[in-house]
Amino acid sequence: MTFLLRFLTRVPGRLTVITFAVLLAVGAVLVNSSAPRVWIGIYTYFCVTLMLVLGLQMFMGNSGILNWTYVGFVGIGAYVSSILSVTPSVKALGVPNMYPALVELHLPVVPAILVGALVAAALAAAIAWPLMRLSDAVGVITLFAALIVMHVIMTQWDNVTNGPRTFFGVQEFTTIWIAVGGAIVTLIGAHMFRESSLGLRLRASRDDRFAAPAIGISVVRVRYLTFVLSSFVAGLGGGLWAHYITSFSPKSFYVAEMFVLMTMLVIGGAGSITGAALGSAVITILRQGLLQLESYLNNSGVISFEVYGLTELGMAFLLIVMLIWRPDGIIGGRELHLPFLRRRIAAADAAETAGPTDPI
Amino acid sequence: MIDAEFLINTLSLGSLYALLALGLVFVYGILKLVNFAYGEYIMVAGYGLFLLGSYTALPLWVIMILSVLLAAAVSYLTEIVAFRPVRTKSLTAMLITSFAISVLLQNAALLFVSPRSRAVRLPAAFSQSITVLGVTTPLRNVLTIVTAIVLLAGLTVLMKYTVLGIAMRAAADKFTTTRLMGVPANLVISVAFIISGFLAGVVAMFWIGRSSSVDPLIGFAPLLIAFIATVIGGMHSLAGAVAGGFVYGLLFNMLSILLPASVISYRDAFMFVIVILFLLLRPEGLIKGSYTEERVG
Repeated sequence: MTFLLRFLTRVPGRLTVITFAVLLAVGAVLVNSSAPRVWIGIYTYFCVTLMLVLGLQMFMGNSGILNWTYVGFVGIGAYVSSILSVTPSVKALGVPNMYPALVELHLPVVPAILVGALVAAALAAAIAWPLMRLSDAVGVITLFAALIVMHVIMTQWDNVTNGPRTFFGVQEFTTIWIAVGGAIVTLIGAHMFRESSLGLRLRASRDDRFAAPAIGISVVRVRYLTFVLSSFVAGLGGGLWAHYITSFSPKSFYVAEMFVLMTMLVIGGAGSITGAALGSAVITILRQGLLQLESYLNNSGVISFEVYGLTELGMAFLLIVMLIWRPDGIIGGRELHLPFLRRRIAAADAAETAGPTDPI
Repeated sequence: MIDAEFLINTLSLGSLYALLALGLVFVYGILKLVNFAYGEYIMVAGYGLFLLGSYTALPLWVIMILSVLLAAAVSYLTEIVAFRPVRTKSLTAMLITSFAISVLLQNAALLFVSPRSRAVRLPAAFSQSITVLGVTTPLRNVLTIVTAIVLLAGLTVLMKYTVLGIAMRAAADKFTTTRLMGVPANLVISVAFIISGFLAGVVAMFWIGRSSSVDPLIGFAPLLIAFIATVIGGMHSLAGAVAGGFVYGLLFNMLSILLPASVISYRDAFMFVIVILFLLLRPEGLIKGSYTEERVG
């Protein structure tokens, strides 16, 4: 028992991350067995989104750089995996201008998603090195500019992406089990990364950009490696997302979607895994609630005009309030931990080191 | 290719972009904040035109002045309500706040006005044409150039010869030291936001004058242009922003003429690749200003 407790509390946040993973799995079982179909869909979507937010946390949360391009890599994962997994006949129909060589390419879904993630990571590896030298405002504008370049290419290169039109016909592969599995693996992976040597060095460079090189950390190198890793998760999540949603267009990978991911991360607390996970859960619930309200208002005819934008308005408002009230998010920069377990461990440790007490 | 028409077009486009970039840099210079909500001040001015034009019987030029003031007021309001509380925290918090404000204002327009674009009425001068140097051009273009000259001259006087202007330039250079000299931080920052909003409002009149309509997403394109122009010109000096605006206007017109039709749709991608290259190779921009090295490695 003590051994288990010690394992769970040795690394900060390990216990809460494992608790979260268990909750996710239990939630999936419960939703799948007793909830209506709509809920299964929402839960699957939540798990894929959680995966994306955790991938974003890896780089943005640990390096402190606002990573606008992230959603672009999600798009690359989605497009590459879909182009590979959709059968040639459907592609010829759906994307009339596609290069013949691409139409011929066909892979089963799992390798297609993996290739999508690898392509996203490879592209990140190719462009990121110089970008990682920039910090603060300049870094943000550069990554923002990179997102716009990616978006322009996605909307204009209709031989590959079908241009601004919808890319459809993707097979529905991502079930609730695959999504929850992906989310749990990413959750544990992101936690392990955060506590790894690379993660620690990156966090050091975030906390003091000038002290970190003084203790031998190559700031550009750690940022670069993490950026590539984070883009890999983005591509993987993008592939799963595409095979859940089955039809999408380039505007799914642009500023508005990035705002949702960023809100989830920042509201929970960008600095911690538990923050990212909690933020995703809170915003998903809030968004679903507001969307329901919006469609209720539109369909019931209670008010005379159509309601648009209530969801985003509510999220933006909440985000501003959070940034003023708790700029580090609900959890803050440190992992959530359960204090009473800590105390028990500390007591057990103290008893061990003190040895048998002398009766006299 | 270089004829009088090209010159007038480029000058008027450049003037508009110079004002646009200047508004962004006023805030950036002091707070080091890239204000993502900047485009929304333009949208606000546009909706000012629409709402006042539809529901009041004021003369059009009064409506225009009120709309410009509305943009300045909204800019000031965002500073007081949202930026001031997070100012002391972190730059990232401030950046995300500015983005959240942008989303908030956009969706407020979407929710309370309409997702569809709305026609606005502007004075007749905005749709007339005029012949200058043997070229027939919209009077709007000439008005843009004249407005830019007047505003730039006025701002130069303000920044060079008034105590407020000197304090603002000092704050843009070394904010902490300026505060130690007894300059009130809140005042300087508020004035920067008001000028920024005012410039956005003025730009809005000409930007919206081209299409005579306003929609909730109208602020995005000018925001991107302001980004590009400030990066090219130099984010750390007001003169740089103006230069960047003109260079962008020239670059944009040249690319429109020179690029073959098949790649013209990638023009924005080219512009932003130029931005990235500038940030990497010459981050101080064309005009250096008080630039200090911020990069690592």
